[in-house]
Amino acid sequence: MLKTLTPLLWTLFSAGGMLAALLYPVHLLLTGFAIPLGWVPAPSYPALHDLVAHPLARLYLFALIALPLFHWAHRFRYTLYDGLQLKHLEALIAVLCYGTALLGALVAAWTLWSFR
Amino acid sequence: MPETVKLEVTRYRPEQEDEPSFATYEVPFRKDWVVLDALNYIKDRLDGTLSFRWSCRMGVCGSCGMRVDGEPKLTCATFLADYLPGPIRVEPLEHFPIVRDLVVDLSDFLRKLTKVKPWIVREHEKPVEEGEYLQTPEQLDAYKPLSMCINCMLCYSACPIYGLEQSFIGPAAIALAQRYSRDSRDQGAAERLKLLQQTDGIWQCTFVGECSAVCPKNVDPAGAIQQYKLEAATQWFLSLLPRGGR
Amino acid sequence: MTMSSSAPAHYRPYHPKWYRQRVSVWWWLEKPVYALFVLRELTSVAVAFFALMLLALIRAVAAGPEAYARFQAKLQSPLFLVLDGIALALVLFHTVTWFNVAPKALVVRIGGRRVPDALVAGAHYAAWLGLSGVVAYVLLRG
Repeated sequence: MLKTLTPLLWTLFSAGGMLAALLYPVHLLLTGFAIPLGWVPAPSYPALHDLVAHPLARLYLFALIALPLFHWAHRFRYTLYDGLQLKHLEALIAVLCYGTALLGALVAAWTLWSFR
Repeated sequence: MPETVKLEVTRYRPEQEDEPSFATYEVPFRKDWVVLDALNYIKDRLDGTLSFRWSCRMGVCGSCGMRVDGEPKLTCATFLADYLPGPIRVEPLEHFPIVRDLVVDLSDFLRKLTKVKPWIVREHEKPVEEGEYLQTPEQLDAYKPLSMCINCMLCYSACPIYGLEQSFIGPAAIALAQRYSRDSRDQGAAERLKLLQQTDGIWQCTFVGECSAVCPKNVDPAGAIQQYKLEAATQWFLSLLPRGGR
Repeated sequence: MTMSSSAPAHYRPYHPKWYRQRVSVWWWLEKPVYALFVLRELTSVAVAFFALMLLALIRAVAAGPEAYARFQAKLQSPLFLVLDGIALALVLFHTVTWFNVAPKALVVRIGGRRVPDALVAGAHYAAWLGLSGVVAYVLLRG
């Protein structure tokens, strides 16, 4: 089953990789450093809340979380496969990697869908 | 400039040993000598039992591929002067079974190459009366870099995936498949794509990129493989549409 | 000599004693290029780390101002500052390596000629700067 899905999984990997490459540096810089350490005026809670609530923002955030998770799943699966030569655990690794990504994507979808 | 330089060369004589070892030879240093010249000096003057492949000595036949100080190189294009003061380590290409000394068995690659049908595949041959196939310069450009492959196998030696997964079709075979699939005279692109999409085809590749880095003819097999992945993914999505996107 | 016209001749293949070297689990430490490749692949862990952090962030925002304040406090802790620093370095390495190889896969042809790799990569870097600016603006304008 995994073989027929490979083109899809690779596409998710590529899309996630492109999103992460383009957008993660700035988001990480802001979320991890600039805002907590006060380098920039922090957005107030109400402003942040309204921003996330916007339908476009919800879609954006879903893509920003879910696709890079699939990027990780695909890449990490091959790293374990080639780097640690765990070929005999192939099916288990695939299930754990894509399963985790799917779980993360579902939680993100649920959180953003039910955001009030 | 030194008078001589030492070469540490892999020796493997299956009739007398179980594992390869290294033998050191001291050869004259000439600034215009390549590693192949040194190996031929060894064979002619020092040790006639040394076995290695070579032919054109000018980088077009692909026979003399070996590892020089760990890097896959064409020994006819690798100057001793660049490796001073030595000693220079010369080993057979990696990831292939060693037959004897510096000679490796390439039948795995040759089998894979045949599988991708590296020739113009046509449903119907154009009759002679209709004349030649014509190609514009742009059509030629679409596959020309890929046609420069001399089957030297440096890419297979450099590819860690091929080392780990011997069933992987490998860089040169995929690049040559693309060379024909992109040729405007060819009609076999779909057939080759179907083959390469299976296990051990393009999806095994994790874009390490070493194959393109070591290629002496700038074929860029890594690029060819990534482009193939994009094509395969596009086809996959199109096939989900009602009439397959047609 | 008479030739048999029926069964083909069968020869027992000669199998010479070839030497096969096993690939070590530490193959990626043998050349710097391979080690860099594995590092590049491991950046995906940093990507997953931040994806989960973003998820935690929006869940904190969804849970209310106190939850968000607690989340902010956690981000200020030395542990997270160090983790985020490592993650940022790895994510930047991902960005640079991704953009530098993108031209190999995304071949753009204009008027029959292939656009040079440097331009394709440059377009990615330009998009990166542009989009980063837009994100910062949207997030910080209050």
